[in-house]
Amino acid sequence: MAERVEERIEDRIERLMADYAECIDEGRLEEWPAFFAEKCLYRIITREGYRNKWPAGIMTCEGRGMISDRILSLRRANIYEAQIYRHLTSCMRIKGEEQGGWRVHTNFAVIRTMRTGEMIVFVAGFYDDLVIEQDGKLLYRERSAVLDSERIDTLLAIPV
Amino acid sequence: MNAPLQETARPALEWPAVGVSRVPFGIYTDQEIYQREQEKIFRGDAWHFVGLALEIPNTGDYRANFIGDTPVFSVRDAEGGIKVFVNRCAHRGAMLCLETRGHKKDFTCIYHNWSYDLDGKLQSIAFRRGVKGQGGLPADFDMGQHGLQRLRTETLNGLVFATFSQRVAPLRDWLGPRMTGHIERIFHKPVKVIGAYVQYLHNNWKLYIENVKDAYHASLLHTFFSTFGLNRLTMNGALDLSESGGHHISWSAMASDDAAGSEYQGNSLRAMNRDFDLADRELLKTWPEFDDGVTHAIQGIFPTFIVQQVQNALAVRLAVPKGTEETELQWILFGYEDDTPEQQRMRIMQSNLVGPAGLVSMEDGAVGGFIQRSIQQDGDRSAVLEMGGIEVESQKSRVSEASVRGFWKAYRGLMGL
Repeated sequence: MAERVEERIEDRIERLMADYAECIDEGRLEEWPAFFAEKCLYRIITREGYRNKWPAGIMTCEGRGMISDRILSLRRANIYEAQIYRHLTSCMRIKGEEQGGWRVHTNFAVIRTMRTGEMIVFVAGFYDDLVIEQDGKLLYRERSAVLDSERIDTLLAIPV
Repeated sequence: MNAPLQETARPALEWPAVGVSRVPFGIYTDQEIYQREQEKIFRGDAWHFVGLALEIPNTGDYRANFIGDTPVFSVRDAEGGIKVFVNRCAHRGAMLCLETRGHKKDFTCIYHNWSYDLDGKLQSIAFRRGVKGQGGLPADFDMGQHGLQRLRTETLNGLVFATFSQRVAPLRDWLGPRMTGHIERIFHKPVKVIGAYVQYLHNNWKLYIENVKDAYHASLLHTFFSTFGLNRLTMNGALDLSESGGHHISWSAMASDDAAGSEYQGNSLRAMNRDFDLADRELLKTWPEFDDGVTHAIQGIFPTFIVQQVQNALAVRLAVPKGTEETELQWILFGYEDDTPEQQRMRIMQSNLVGPAGLVSMEDGAVGGFIQRSIQQDGDRSAVLEMGGIEVESQKSRVSEASVRGFWKAYRGLMGL
């Protein structure tokens, strides 16, 4: 009888990241809030802001409600040209245990493709995450997308 | 056979005879116009924001920026004053400050180690006397003639401005009392930076500035408030223009009749018919920050500087031209040093409304590009600016393009168009 092998936490977090990236890249943005704990922090901040501990980023959502409002606004209110993201992530590692969860560092780059086919490396940087487990499911309690560049091309509608 | 050379004094573009109610599209695409702007506007008779004094608190702190295409830096000198120089070594022209912000004891060029003190004076030259009596500079080389190019500099409540012009009026006179008073109102006590970023726009700089001065588009392009049934109970407001037309303030005061009920909740935004509802209204929490009741005020200082009060989201913005087709938009978000933690939190939440990811205004990042792409081959056709008439004047209604016309009035004056 095959014994069920318990999955390593590193592999589970890696899969969480892959699922998260696929959700955004495939445009299933309504599913994006479910990657976060009810009580959470999601923000996009520049590297300079992260270093200087500036409290305001390019985007700051506290709680899953605000996260889902972002998507509602994108779908219903905001106007922007059709574009898709492709997340490339690497060098994931657990930096420590914290508040009953895991502090995780992952590099990312996002390639943005416009309707015309124009492609740019839209943002690159790292995620500073606090991942927790709730009811057997991994969730982001905190996710800071720290951007290497302080410069955003045109606008940032779709989350990173 | 070669055609005869055209007369170079000919203006690159003919302004429509009706005046500033028309804007020829070529103004956004023409390379000659761009060059003339560098000379007549960015090095002409106008003041240019280069940074906040608080970014350079200590002697030797510097902040690099651009006035038009020209790199400049501001530095805190030994006496605590602020000086602004062209960011360029007098020897070969290499940039001296390579970081946006930093600290230096002196400014030494990396190329040949020519070194300048904090007053821009050339203080030493590597191998000035040569080596073993060979090489080096001529004995009569006058180091006093080769300092950094210094700009006229003035500070207004912590905002640092500089100009290449020796003729332009002192800063406060150039701004006029209304514009000066508004800056003094926003910067009435020490501020602190709470965030900063840059938004890169694929349009001519003037299309962005027009967008800032265009109060007409606000509820039409930006539908966040109307979509979520958040009616802004805007009672009072106006468009105030400076004498030159070049500066403006578009302001409004939300109804505050129910503000007494709760200091922080429900006093400024009201739900009407909600087809969609936000799950969390935290980012709409505000408090009345100024005694005058004005809750929104966008101030455009000619040519490229903006002071923003969107409820409690305070910011300055600077548009820096990067060729005819691109613009770098710098944002600095700030609060006050004495903000309570709750006030700071509200500012952070409201910062979601503005900037490149701004729920209310992200569209401003794209709309200029939609124009830029459509006008490339139609330089002699014109945009129409007749909302609120064809005059340049202060107006009670913000369904008006008067401040956009005002910009063009000031622009044409400096450009000689």
